Amino acid sequence: MATSEVVHAHAAPQGFIRKYIFSLDHKIIGIQYFFLALTAVWVGMILSLFMRIHLIWPDANLPLVGHIQPEAYLSLLTMHGTIMVFFVLTTAPQGGFGNYFLPIQIGAPDMAFPVLNMLSFWTTFVAFVVMLASFFVAGGAPLHGWTGYPPLSAVQSTGPGEGLGADLWITSIAIFCAASLMGALNFITTTLDLRAKGMTLMRMPLTVWSWFITAILGLLAFGVLLSAGILLLMDRNLGTSFFLPTIVVNGQLLGHKGGSPLLWQHLFWFFGHPEVYIAILPGMGVASQVLSTFARKPIFGYRAMVYAMLAIGFLGFMVWGHHMFMSGMSPYSAFAFSLLTMAIGVPSAIKTFNWLGTIYKSRVRFFTPMLFAIGFVSLFVSGGLSGPFLAQPTLDIPLHDTYFVVGHFHLIMGVAAIFGIFAATYYWFPKMFGRMMSEPMGKLHFWITFIGTYAIFMPMHYLGMAGHPRRYSQLTEVAYLHPLIPVQRFMTYAAFITIGAQLIFVFNLFWSMYKGAKASDNPWDATTLEWSTATPPPHDNFGGHTPVVHNGPYEYGVPAAARDFVMQTDPAIGASH
Amino acid sequence: MSTLAPNLAIKDPRSRDAGGGSPPSYGGGGDGNEGGASNGAFNYGERLRRARLGLVLGLTAVLMLFVGFTSALLVRKGLPSFDQQTNTYSRDWTTIRLPYKLLLVNTFILLLSSATMEMARRAITRRAALAPVESIPGVSLGDERGFPWLGSTVVLGLGFLAGQLLLWETLRAHNFFVYTSPSSSFTYLLFATHAIHLAGGVIALMYAAISSWLMHKPVEAQRIVVDVTAWYWHFMALLWVYIVVLLMLVR
Repeated sequence: MATSEVVHAHAAPQGFIRKYIFSLDHKIIGIQYFFLALTAVWVGMILSLFMRIHLIWPDANLPLVGHIQPEAYLSLLTMHGTIMVFFVLTTAPQGGFGNYFLPIQIGAPDMAFPVLNMLSFWTTFVAFVVMLASFFVAGGAPLHGWTGYPPLSAVQSTGPGEGLGADLWITSIAIFCAASLMGALNFITTTLDLRAKGMTLMRMPLTVWSWFITAILGLLAFGVLLSAGILLLMDRNLGTSFFLPTIVVNGQLLGHKGGSPLLWQHLFWFFGHPEVYIAILPGMGVASQVLSTFARKPIFGYRAMVYAMLAIGFLGFMVWGHHMFMSGMSPYSAFAFSLLTMAIGVPSAIKTFNWLGTIYKSRVRFFTPMLFAIGFVSLFVSGGLSGPFLAQPTLDIPLHDTYFVVGHFHLIMGVAAIFGIFAATYYWFPKMFGRMMSEPMGKLHFWITFIGTYAIFMPMHYLGMAGHPRRYSQLTEVAYLHPLIPVQRFMTYAAFITIGAQLIFVFNLFWSMYKGAKASDNPWDATTLEWSTATPPPHDNFGGHTPVVHNGPYEYGVPAAARDFVMQTDPAIGASH
Repeated sequence: MSTLAPNLAIKDPRSRDAGGGSPPSYGGGGDGNEGGASNGAFNYGERLRRARLGLVLGLTAVLMLFVGFTSALLVRKGLPSFDQQTNTYSRDWTTIRLPYKLLLVNTFILLLSSATMEMARRAITRRAALAPVESIPGVSLGDERGFPWLGSTVVLGLGFLAGQLLLWETLRAHNFFVYTSPSSSFTYLLFATHAIHLAGGVIALMYAAISSWLMHKPVEAQRIVVDVTAWYWHFMALLWVYIVVLLMLVR
């Protein structure tokens, strides 16, 4: 029985620029995305550190930013959110690992459109540069938050950052939309058209399913954000009134009339809610892959996992209104959005129970990727459980503008997705760079990060229930917040330690690239196609061969097999005896 | 290509060169990778199908952009505007008065370009299908130079864009500026977004022409660009009709 077929090997381009800069190789592009996100995450993290320091020492004179004014605090908040959501949570799991491993996991030599793939990365890069540029123009970065609500975002004179800085911000988002659309259509075409022989849809690893569904969400969502961004730019610069009603700013009556800020909220959140799943779905895929590999058991309920992800993606388009309960929407609409939102709890619970079912009664191999995958499940549950609270308008209205929401979305969308990225990094690093990452450093990194993130974000729920508003730059002037300042102080200390632990990760990453132990082709005894090729994979991924797939992706703990696992390229189970 | 001096160079086989009975697969995966063009591993049929799939997905994204605009238009049209002087709410949507003669001419030009585009697509499909025969010594396909459908499409496309500029000029002459009213804002927005997308189609056609003349791309590769651009072009014509009908309905 054939395990592969011969095709033409095509040689890698020589020359530094074609090979590493404007490369058409999806693996190089994946690594480029990864390092772009790594840069972005440090920028975003340092901004958050500035905010945390300012909250407890409002008079501190910080490097780079000096003494933080209230407007500057809002700039930090805006840029932290934007950079993290777009250039980290959207970029690393999908653009980074998706680019690198989707073609290999389906047995393809590259993406369907390599030129488009390269364009998509460099467009993202330009978007990032434009975003960072808003720090350095007159007035600085915008104040309107990552959600860019008008009228604040739609008028040049509303604040120091709302001039050129806000124009750059919107332009950057629009460029990012174009890049993401190019990436999404490439991912979908690749998944549908380039699968190796035998790689049926129901034999695709759950990572591939998650990237595929994420790409569909991106394809449908980013176009709408682009439309909203164009309308906002017109309101700001061409004098139109899409989002602006009759409005007085700084005592001056502006020429706009008749527009509605709520229109922006609808368009934005029609994108914004699917965006949450764009960030978290790849993490779900990685968690499934890693849990199954290190529990040495097939993933529990593979089909249910696939259908649950499809259901989450589908429902994700019908719940945007739950971000707008505060906007005075009709109680009937709010009721519909509330019901649909709570319905997402069903597929999410299916996924959680299947993950638990996968590790139940298994002999877990506690390597670092596994720890981060378990951490992902933990954070997904902790962050997810506050979702049903916020899904109910009656509870959301008092909690919405408090730290409760900050705690909720940081746990589920922020840190859980980041844990997915960490699990993916530790899991695939050997394949990408040919060496193992240090286990002791990895475990130290995990424990500090795991405990640290809970220490930062768990107390936020209590702050929220105590009525602590979010987005306030200074707490000392508000009497009823005084008793809560020690909690804020605790969270800032936790943030120091947690961010410090990320230095361990970065050191481990670069140290292991050069000094790590050599990795074999399949160091984790895993089954999917990337582990059947050389480490690191050759230019065309399988060295002149196209794999032929005979098995499902998670055949672990197989009794009849010589090893305890059957790779996807191995002869079919049952055919050997 | 002359019939007296046939091209004796033996071309690479166009199908994949894997052994008989091999499953359908894709070759190379090096779409756009010029360095890979020489290894003969391209299967143009599959590349065409893949490009068409990519196009359908790309058009889905364009569609979502216009879905966003359309829903914004419908919501915005229904919104009342607060008048400070009279302390009353009123509608600030002014009636859209398009110069219908010019609009009709533009629509005709675009639909005609869609027809010439289709002729170009069919012509190059025929040429691509006959390309293997051409390499047989002594076989002639006769005069290759048919009607320049592709060139006509580019000219008509540019003509439509020029007509659009004229149309906007006429609107401006009637004090219908982008900021005049939400109706004018949406009119310019929809027209301009459509024009930018159509300009992209013109650029793609020019690329197809230039790449075949200057880079000597095989006719099959050129066909893929033309075919995909043709479907894109038809979509743009359809989108145009949609925009005009939408603006006439909401007035």
